[in-house]
Order: sequence, then C-alpha cells, then structure tokens
Amino acid sequence: MQKQSSSIRTVVATGIGAAVIFVLMKFVAIPTGVPNTQVNVAMGFLALLGAIFGPVAAGLAVFIGHALNDFVTYGSPWWTWVIVDGLIGFAFGLAHKRLNIQNGKLGTAKLVWFNIYQIVVNFIGWVLLAPTGDIIIYHEPANKVFIQGIVTWITDSISVAIIGTILLVLYARTRTKGGSLTKER
Amino acid sequence: MQHQLLIGYDDRHTFLNRLSGSTKLLCFVGLSIIGMMTYDTRYLLAIMALSLVVFRFSKIKYRDVSFVLSVIVGFSVLNLVMVYVFAPHYGVSIYGTEHLLLGTSDHYFNLTVEQLFYEFNLLLKYTFAVPLALIFLMTTNPSEFAASLNKIGISYRISYSVAIALRYIPDVQADYRTISLAQQARGFEMSKKAHLLTRVRGGLQILLPLIFSSLDRIETISQAMELRRFGKGKKRSWYMAQRFKRNDYLALAIVAVLILIGIALFKVNGGRFWNPFKA
Repeated sequence: MQKQSSSIRTVVATGIGAAVIFVLMKFVAIPTGVPNTQVNVAMGFLALLGAIFGPVAAGLAVFIGHALNDFVTYGSPWWTWVIVDGLIGFAFGLAHKRLNIQNGKLGTAKLVWFNIYQIVVNFIGWVLLAPTGDIIIYHEPANKVFIQGIVTWITDSISVAIIGTILLVLYARTRTKGGSLTKER
Repeated sequence: MQHQLLIGYDDRHTFLNRLSGSTKLLCFVGLSIIGMMTYDTRYLLAIMALSLVVFRFSKIKYRDVSFVLSVIVGFSVLNLVMVYVFAPHYGVSIYGTEHLLLGTSDHYFNLTVEQLFYEFNLLLKYTFAVPLALIFLMTTNPSEFAASLNKIGISYRISYSVAIALRYIPDVQADYRTISLAQQARGFEMSKKAHLLTRVRGGLQILLPLIFSSLDRIETISQAMELRRFGKGKKRSWYMAQRFKRNDYLALAIVAVLILIGIALFKVNGGRFWNPFKA
C-alpha cells in the first residue's frame, strides 16, 4: 500500500516538477554573456525536488521540463544537454536518503556534504559529459563547448549552493522533527 | 511577458491535423536524429526544403510563429559567432584543404571557404528541424500527445507525467504572474530601474510561494489520483488515442525512406561529412 501511493506521488511530482522547471527556465533565467548559458534558478528547485521525491522524479522532471523548454524556445531540443540535465537530476535525487529531509533535521554537516556533492555532480555533468557529447554527436569545436560547459558548471553550482540551500533549509523547517514528541508517563 | 509563450495548438483542418499524434512524433524524432548525425549539406537542404513545403500545407500563420523564429535566429547567430571566435580554423581541419578569402594562413582570424561552409552546415543543423517542430507543436492536441507517447512504447506512468506537465504549465505560469503582481503591490521593485540585488531578493520572494504552493499541489493531485485508483492496472486506455489510418502508414513509409537515404549517404561519403573540396 505504501509503495503504491509513493509511485503515484512520483508520477505527479515528475509532472508538476517539470511544469515548474519549465516556467523557471523560461522566466527566471539570468544570462551570463556566454551564449546559451544562464544562471538557472531551476537548478536550485531541482535540488529540493530530488531531496523530497528521489532520483526518478527529479531526473525525469528536469528531462521533460528542459526538453519542452528547448522545444518551444529553439524549435528542437539540444539532446546532449537535456540528457545531462536528466542525469544530474537523478544524481541530486540519490542524495535524498542521506539528507532525509522529511524528518526535519538538517544540520550544517549535511548541508556542507550536499554542496560538495552537487559541485562534483555538476562538474562531471557539465565539464566532462556535456561537452564530450557535443563533440561526438554535434561535432562542435572542442574549446567552444568546453567554455560553455565550464560556465554552466560554475553558474549551476552557485545556483544550487544559494537557492537550493535556502529552499532545503526552509522546507526542512516546515517538517515536524522526528522524535519531537515524548510519551507522558 | 505579454506575448503568448506556449505556441498554440489549433485545429486547422488540414491533413496534418488528421495524422495521428504518434505518427507525427515518430516522424519528428526520426528526422531530427538523422539530421543531428549527418553533416551532408545536400541532405540537410533537401529535408529543410521538404519541411518548408509541408509547413506551407499546415496553414500556420507567420505572425503566430514570428517571435519564436526571431529567438531561434538570435540563438543561431550567437552560436555561429562563438564557434568562429573559438575555432576559426575548424573547417580547415575537417575538410583538409584551405581556400583563403581574407587574411593569410598565419593570422588567427582569417576567413576560409571551408570555415564558411562548416558554419553554413551548422546553421542548417540548428534550423532544419524548426519547421518540423512547429508543425508538430501546432497540429498536435496536447492531450493526444501523452497517448502518442504511450503508443510508441513509453510507460503510461511517464506519459501521464508529461500530460500533467503540459496540463499544469499554464497554471504555474498564472501562479507566477499572480504572485509577482502581489509582491509588487507590497512594494517590491522588480523592474529594470531597481538594483540588481533588490531584484534578486524580489525574485526570491516570488520563488518561495511558487515552489511551496506547487509542493502542496503535488500532494492534492496525487491523493485525488490515488482515490481514482491510478496505477492499479498494467495498461491504460486513452480517450484521445487515434487509430492508424492509411495516411499514417504513408507518412511513416516516406520518413523511413528518407532516413535510409541518410544512412546510405554515410556510406557514400565515407563518414558524416560531405566534402565538396575534394575533387
């Protein structure tokens, strides 16, 4: 019974998450000056989505949201980056067991750990995977895609570090702390 | 922010509207993958011409898509300039010859025919799928889209997630606008006149209510779906699903032939590039 309802929650979280990511990518993006890279507020939300609903929901949500956004902005999705975003969402979701945000205890140690983790994940995604995919699939010049990748790595890491951390802390505060009730004797 | 952002679906009573969503999805994905792989200029031009002809038949008005087109042109130009700045000799290294137009070969920023040709190919690759994507978006009913995804083999849970996303994008957008106006009424300056820092803070004041109300929405919808026993069966039928008709098979056959030609060209060219500079 518990398992069934959590799978429905995953389906809904994926859908609504994708809608929110789509709207955030569309409206709340601050350009950096390097073409096709921006400070993405959506990445901060993705960290929260992953921490609450787990890897499948976060990975699919950002995949769908990013693909739809590319679709209506550029005509066709830039598949390598869409897939990398999906993988990063999945990786953020893997942190949800360790963060265990539902019990409301989110200390500094966990936040520091999560931020180191997300910087590493973003590094693997944007500096290693995305440019390699661009070179193999789209045959773009290496130094151009590496510049785009590095800029995206930095901006996404900052976005998650600031907005993601704020969202995680605020969300944890709305949860009832585990073990906050005591039995009267 | 006033213009319409999601390009609208409308029943324009053309044969494209009557094709099933699955057919259009398969054709679009097939052609965009082969176009992504190939660097054969002749092939890309042929697909582009074909999709423009089909676009004429779709009766989509230019002013409905002019905004999107201007964004795409801007994006392509920026990328092409960036490719040139970072790798002005990339064409030479791909095609193996050097025909100088401007500058000499020891200048960093010289201009070669090969570079121009390579960037022209890039431009084609950025834009060739645009008419197809617009046709697909503007002639496919969003509700049918999820049914199509399920039909081509994607699990119905994921298809349903996509359906939810499409259904709630306008709602989230409306929420965003309402919250933004409410915060501005409370005195948060968010126009270009304000400092960047105030604007960022203002942005955060919109973000938090938007995200927390969306989380509440997830709870409400999943409870409603659970009450209606979503996900109990192995399969799911779709109200908007369409059966394949003669024209669907015809369209799929044409696209299959096009893709086979594309694959054959890899063999003929001995790789992904078509090289006109080799005599």
